[in-house]
Amino acid sequence: MKKTSSNRFSTLIYSFIIIWVFLASFPFFWTFWGSFKVELDFFSISNWYNAVTGKNTLDTYNSQFTGAGYEGAWVQEEFWRSFVNSGIVCFFVVLTSLTIGTLGAYALSRSNYKYTFWLLITALIFRAMPPITLVAGYLPPFFEWNIWGILPTTIIVLVSINQPFTLWMLHSFFQNIPKELDESAKVDGCSQFQAFRHVIIPVMWPGVITTGLFSFLLAYNDFAVTAMLLSDENRTMIPKIAAFLGTTYTEGNVMFAVAAVVSATVPLFILVMFFQKKIVSGLTQGAVKG
Amino acid sequence: MKHKTFFWFILPTFLAMLIFIFLPIISVVLQSVHTPHENVLITVENCDPFGCKKVTSIDHEATKNLNQSEPLGKFVGLDIYFDRGHLAIENFKLIWENSENIFSFVQSLSNLPFYKAVFFTLTFTFTVTPIMLLLGLLIALGVNSISKKLRGIVIFFSLLPMIVTPLIGSIILFWMIDSRGIIGNLIQWLFDDPNLSLKASTSLTWIMLIVYGVWHAIPFSFIVFYAGLQTVPKDQLESAKIDGANKFEEVIYIIIPHLMPLITFVTLMQLMDNFRVFEPIVGFSAEAHATSLSWIIFNDLGGETRQLSAAATSSILTIIGVIILLSPVLIRTWKDFKFKK
Repeated sequence: MKKTSSNRFSTLIYSFIIIWVFLASFPFFWTFWGSFKVELDFFSISNWYNAVTGKNTLDTYNSQFTGAGYEGAWVQEEFWRSFVNSGIVCFFVVLTSLTIGTLGAYALSRSNYKYTFWLLITALIFRAMPPITLVAGYLPPFFEWNIWGILPTTIIVLVSINQPFTLWMLHSFFQNIPKELDESAKVDGCSQFQAFRHVIIPVMWPGVITTGLFSFLLAYNDFAVTAMLLSDENRTMIPKIAAFLGTTYTEGNVMFAVAAVVSATVPLFILVMFFQKKIVSGLTQGAVKG
Repeated sequence: MKHKTFFWFILPTFLAMLIFIFLPIISVVLQSVHTPHENVLITVENCDPFGCKKVTSIDHEATKNLNQSEPLGKFVGLDIYFDRGHLAIENFKLIWENSENIFSFVQSLSNLPFYKAVFFTLTFTFTVTPIMLLLGLLIALGVNSISKKLRGIVIFFSLLPMIVTPLIGSIILFWMIDSRGIIGNLIQWLFDDPNLSLKASTSLTWIMLIVYGVWHAIPFSFIVFYAGLQTVPKDQLESAKIDGANKFEEVIYIIIPHLMPLITFVTLMQLMDNFRVFEPIVGFSAEAHATSLSWIIFNDLGGETRQLSAAATSSILTIIGVIILLSPVLIRTWKDFKFKK
């Protein structure tokens, strides 16, 4: 009697989890599958099952799959340009954020004067502000100095916006590295910077990589700031997709947008696949520290 | 660490935040109390053989000079804050006087663009946050009791809704919800109404956005709670079992109290993140039925006109909202810091 009720309970749990996994992943698989079809199949008026079998795709291209959407997006609409731009932006944002972030966070973790606290609390407030609220402050000087619309400006802005987050994350990480480590190096005659270089840098990589992943995601996923600060030809992927939405609907090229959306999701998929553990530890690190 | 060493270590990040966060805030504050100059007009009398005519035209030279001498524009104090696009003091008073009850008051108020955005932002924030906390906890409890071999793959798929760019996530769902998409089809079939469209009604749009918000946010609470569950003391659970507690009582009396600090943490992070809701409105093309504070700012900034003063004012009001929302954390951090000393 007892056994059956616990069996029933675990069936319930398994079905609940299966439903969640389905809800979480199905939209991506569906869109991926559909991106190789023609619009009449993916957005089917007659029968939703057409999106699975690709009835109209078969009629048009003699095959159930077509790369026409991808060709349209990448070649005709020059999505590759945005892909390259996104790559450049993410690379430099991560590199710069981590360089200046590690230095700052290390100093904050090794100092307990009152200004340390105020710097951290200011960073917390900055972190809470939606980045879009700052854009009105960027536009006039950027136009004035003629630096609007180019990648370097956007990179610096994204680095700065991400600093509060980077500082907090790395700060809590550096606090877990025992102070005795660099103290003893200083006793041996190292300067603070030498202690940092020779003692801390070799042991800091797990935390830095985790923080780097999140900086990457912030830069990659940003829409509000990049859409406002980049000119049309310098757009990164996300604002480019948003621009697609406006134009392709009217031109009947919705499948271009679908292909672009899938193309922008694939790198994230790969990222989660390789760095799942790191992402999970990054999400929980801040929480466990409270 | 010595002050001097500290200074050099912190300098780059400090400068970055000073120049690109602090100064822009100042600039936003200044812009919010100024409005662009109007064109300077001059009237000249043109005389020709048929008589004299007065012609009014823009004095480009004077306008340019004025813009150069006062680049911020004309000082207007708090006028923009009180205008119809923002706090709309006059309309507010009028509606207050003419409304019979609180419902009609809220309804008339939501015709004003700023209040419309405030209502949606608050509704979104305060519905998504509790629902995602509850569902995240349930999923964490579920995953914690399934076979260890399956957990990795479940976590992998669970991360996707959160990691994928909000704009892309909402577009993907939007296409499926489209009346020609798979979910749209399913809903039409369920309700037996081939003309049903989620996009057409305000309340359905709100529900759609909230469902998206929950979907996007669940992974975060799930992961944090799941990590917390690994640290629940085993002996407490054992002794509860011996005392005859069932699964439900275990959760209520042992697990939830143990997770309380994490629940607070997730709640605060979520309040912060949901308050800035923006991308889903663009992704779902929902602006006709739902706008948010961030969306208003974005809308003012974009397009041909770039209404910087209006955007700046909305920005300041949003920042004030964030600070109010965040004040409990700030006070707590301050107490912690004093306690540590």
